[in-house]
Amino acid sequence: MQLSLGPVLYNWAPERWRDFYVRIADEAPVDVVSVGEIVCSKRSPFFAEHLPEVIERLQRAGKQVLLGSLILVSLRRERRQTEELCATEDALVEVNDLTCLRSITGRPHAIGPYVNIYNETSAAFHVRQGAARICLPPELPISSAGVIAAAVPQAVIEIFAFGRVPLAISARCYHARLHKLSKDNCRFVCEKDPDGLALKTLDQQEFLTINGVQTLSHACTNLVGDIGALREAGIGSLRLSPQDCDMVDVVRTFRDVLDGHEDAEGASRRLSDLYPGVAFANGFLRGQPGFSFV
Amino acid sequence: MDRLLKKQKLAGVISIIIVPGQILLRAIGSDGEMSHSSVASGSLPTIPPLLALVIRPLPLLPLQFALGGFLARILRRNPGLLDRLGQHRRARFGIKPVDLPFAFIVEATPPRLLVLRELPQGLDACVSASLANLLALVEGRVDGDALMFSRQLGIEGDMEAVLALRNAIDDARLDLAEELASLFGPLGEPVRRSFEAARDRLTGSPQEQR
Amino acid sequence: MELICPAGTPAALRSAIDAGADAVYCGFNDETNARNFPGLNFSRDELRKGIAFAHGRGARILVAINTFPRASSVALWQRAVDDAVAAGADALIVADIGLMDYVAKRHPGQRLHVSVQAAAANPDAIAFYVGTFGARRVVLPRVLSVAEIAEITRETTCETEVFVFGGLCVMAEGRCSLSSYATGKSPNMQGVCSPASHVAYEDTVRGTTSRLGGFTINRFAPQEAAGYPTLCKGRFSTAHGDGYIFEDPVSLDATTLLTGLKSAGVAALKIEGRQRGRAYIESVVRHFRRALDTLEQGREADIVSLKPFTEGQATTLGAYRKTWR
Repeated sequence: MQLSLGPVLYNWAPERWRDFYVRIADEAPVDVVSVGEIVCSKRSPFFAEHLPEVIERLQRAGKQVLLGSLILVSLRRERRQTEELCATEDALVEVNDLTCLRSITGRPHAIGPYVNIYNETSAAFHVRQGAARICLPPELPISSAGVIAAAVPQAVIEIFAFGRVPLAISARCYHARLHKLSKDNCRFVCEKDPDGLALKTLDQQEFLTINGVQTLSHACTNLVGDIGALREAGIGSLRLSPQDCDMVDVVRTFRDVLDGHEDAEGASRRLSDLYPGVAFANGFLRGQPGFSFV
Repeated sequence: MDRLLKKQKLAGVISIIIVPGQILLRAIGSDGEMSHSSVASGSLPTIPPLLALVIRPLPLLPLQFALGGFLARILRRNPGLLDRLGQHRRARFGIKPVDLPFAFIVEATPPRLLVLRELPQGLDACVSASLANLLALVEGRVDGDALMFSRQLGIEGDMEAVLALRNAIDDARLDLAEELASLFGPLGEPVRRSFEAARDRLTGSPQEQR
Repeated sequence: MELICPAGTPAALRSAIDAGADAVYCGFNDETNARNFPGLNFSRDELRKGIAFAHGRGARILVAINTFPRASSVALWQRAVDDAVAAGADALIVADIGLMDYVAKRHPGQRLHVSVQAAAANPDAIAFYVGTFGARRVVLPRVLSVAEIAEITRETTCETEVFVFGGLCVMAEGRCSLSSYATGKSPNMQGVCSPASHVAYEDTVRGTTSRLGGFTINRFAPQEAAGYPTLCKGRFSTAHGDGYIFEDPVSLDATTLLTGLKSAGVAALKIEGRQRGRAYIESVVRHFRRALDTLEQGREADIVSLKPFTEGQATTLGAYRKTWR
């Protein structure tokens, strides 16, 4: 089973972003790394200058690099940016919105967790269009994932296995709204929250995380205890989504479980030391409410 | 023969309820004296507290008998209601007209209606609103969600059961005047007219922009 | 412009057509459509009768089969497609790519509309649906401004349909798992958002508290106007203050934008609310019928308040006016 690292979803300082990937390239036992700004097109210019170096470093370290496309494409500039991305030959594009399909159909590509693939006929359609890897939507239960994996054995089926779960995308920026700013003049306030902004209920119960136009869970997905079941279901890859913690050690922990050097209980303990104060969840996989841990 | 007798008895009891009810409604005179709730522009009047006080000592059993028979009849004439209630057809609904000194428990299967001073615990769901709004809801003259948004409708308990009930009733296109008139055979027409007059006095004409 | 109206029951379907709908959209009473609520929607027989009623009055019926089929149960959705086609549906509103593929191959003559749940938010995505499945119309998400709608319509070879009234998703439709995070049930899979089975109201001295899956969504003072207990319109708490972080409880009302939508080239206007009662359908449809008729005669529509029907007793122009930027 492969391990893959999802793109950084938060607005990190560009140097920090570059250093993060350099360390991943040098130290993390991960097979696939998806890079690129996929949440907010306003942030991408900051990372653009470091992107070629990061791609080169990762590839040199033997990682397969995926270039993630923007989740929600509406502006003319965003459409152009997406079209350019789809034309690239440097790496496999990870499609996060169907906007890409028009130009990428017929060429090999990956599909990210933001494209709605809930069943085997949709998965088969995308594989016919050239999808070689599919990261399934996080809310999909394992029963469905297994059916899909069996139906398209030629593609690698991936499951979201660590990190806060992306739950929604909007045209409206909630960071800007909360700071009483317009989206066009947002002053990039989201950079103050490198692990997202906590949203609690009125009764102060932890609930969601705001990341600009994106909304994520508060709880952190942790599927180390489900790896056996995922293997049986034919899942070929686990996606680990970067949080503001030592992701190299997170990758190592998962690798140790895959290699049989660590049991699920010990791995969970290690993960809660690495990313303290955040509840774990795996409810989606079991067809339960996503926040629950069963 | 038995059925006919029962029907006549039922009609008799209903007229005992309607006639004084109408007299009371007439007694409060013009619309201006009704108390309007202020939340939404489309709100319906409530029964004034004084009138509620006058109704309070009335015995509940005849009302229960009449309305119970009426309910069974409506369900018989509108079989689609039970289909739409689906798995909630055995639910026990508490209905509380907030401006009246009594409440109802309604069950669809088997049809049963109880009239009580207070609703007990342990019902599947409870719906509370003014009598006017409840009548308008039954006839699909108001939108349940709109009443909820303007806080004129309170719901508690099993929300699925409440939704099923609301959707079943909305689809049935019930006309209470018509249902009532059908009970009275040849006397149906005057009964319909007097019920309609009483109802329109309370609920106004069907919901329109005001 | 065509007026497309919702119906959750046969009675509502008749009300919508009597009130002036050009077309009515509805769904089967199961998980194949995105308003899978108790007591709502149509049996096969009710759909056939509804279509006969509509066609007798020159109106059309669009059947929404717009959830994403569950793996290993895809046949249930395909059967819904076959039955809707056999019943004489004028168009199918579909969101899942596999199901669109099925419609295009099995029923090539059938008119196909891209559901708002398919999240086609720009001309490139729409061109993909048109080119691959022969889609004839796309329902645009409620995240676009009128200028963007005009641009999309200009660049698109199929018709565009936009929402003009009712519930307003602030998240991109068909791409939201907030409901299933709290309840395990989602619009995409089960056809429900914030399902009634997981909603609880509690009355206390501080007012009414609404909860979803155990999470407090809102607390209303006794006379304060309320909305649906949906997550994106709840009150929450952050380090920068409490309140409606995503959106206030409001409904969309684009009556004042009809002229703009017409010059944008929009083909059809849609009213949300298959879960609403006949009283809502009658009033809202009649209002928009009148507004469209006056617009066709070259006059400005008279603005009547539909606020009593709206969440929070308030309306918004949503993203249509560019304030979201």
